[in-house]
Amino acid sequence: MDLDLDVSERGELSVLTVRGEVDVSTAPRFRERLIELVNEGRCNVVADLSDVDFLDSTGLGVLVGGLKRLRSHNGDLTLVCPQSRILKVFEITGLTQVFSIHDSVDAAVAAS
Amino acid sequence: MAGEVVELEIPAQAEFVALARLVVSTMAFADGTLSPERIDDLKLAVSEACTNAIEAHSARRTAERVLVRCSAGLGGVEVCIEDRGGGFDPAALPDHPPVTDPARLEFERGLGIPLIRALVDEVDFTSSTQGTAVRLVVRYEADS
Repeated sequence: MDLDLDVSERGELSVLTVRGEVDVSTAPRFRERLIELVNEGRCNVVADLSDVDFLDSTGLGVLVGGLKRLRSHNGDLTLVCPQSRILKVFEITGLTQVFSIHDSVDAAVAAS
Repeated sequence: MAGEVVELEIPAQAEFVALARLVVSTMAFADGTLSPERIDDLKLAVSEACTNAIEAHSARRTAERVLVRCSAGLGGVEVCIEDRGGGFDPAALPDHPPVTDPARLEFERGLGIPLIRALVDEVDFTSSTQGTAVRLVVRYEADS
């Protein structure tokens, strides 16, 4: 199982593209990458989950922690999640009310 | 494949949770009755239960393996995950603040068991100081 994390820039925003499976094995790398972005001063982040094949509560924890960390640096974390099976995890846990979630990176950038 | 059973013993390491998901989803697909969406639900519930089992073994510093037993064809797909961790009281889990409360962001953990309860049709926790067994069932009837 693998997890790919790529960062690109869209104006003032950093787009973190996540590909693969996010679980207890891969979540630490995801968390570390978000922390690195904060340390680099890139505190407005769009996490693109379009190509995430699997995400469990460990991944949700990384995103909740990332949102908290980014907001504490006057930034924000916006999500791109067009897949219903991934979005379902946010819906069950009520986290759709915590995160700003969009269908595409363009929509997330426009809303940020 | 009525009554088909697959048993898997995984090392209590994070890297092996994906293997448990793969085995369970392969068995559910081979059974051919559950929809892909319900198999996804079962995979996620298994991932949560195996993650908890591995963390319980880590806390107890035991090198014992986690047992995953999957059976299909008896009205649904059933998965049992057994660990030799220190046990817990599923009725005593703390509630998270409402999602609209800013304090909600203080809680990065604790979503696994609520997810399990929401995803499967039956869940039983049998826990003692000798370990925990989690039984998950996705019924065929709920698939229609």
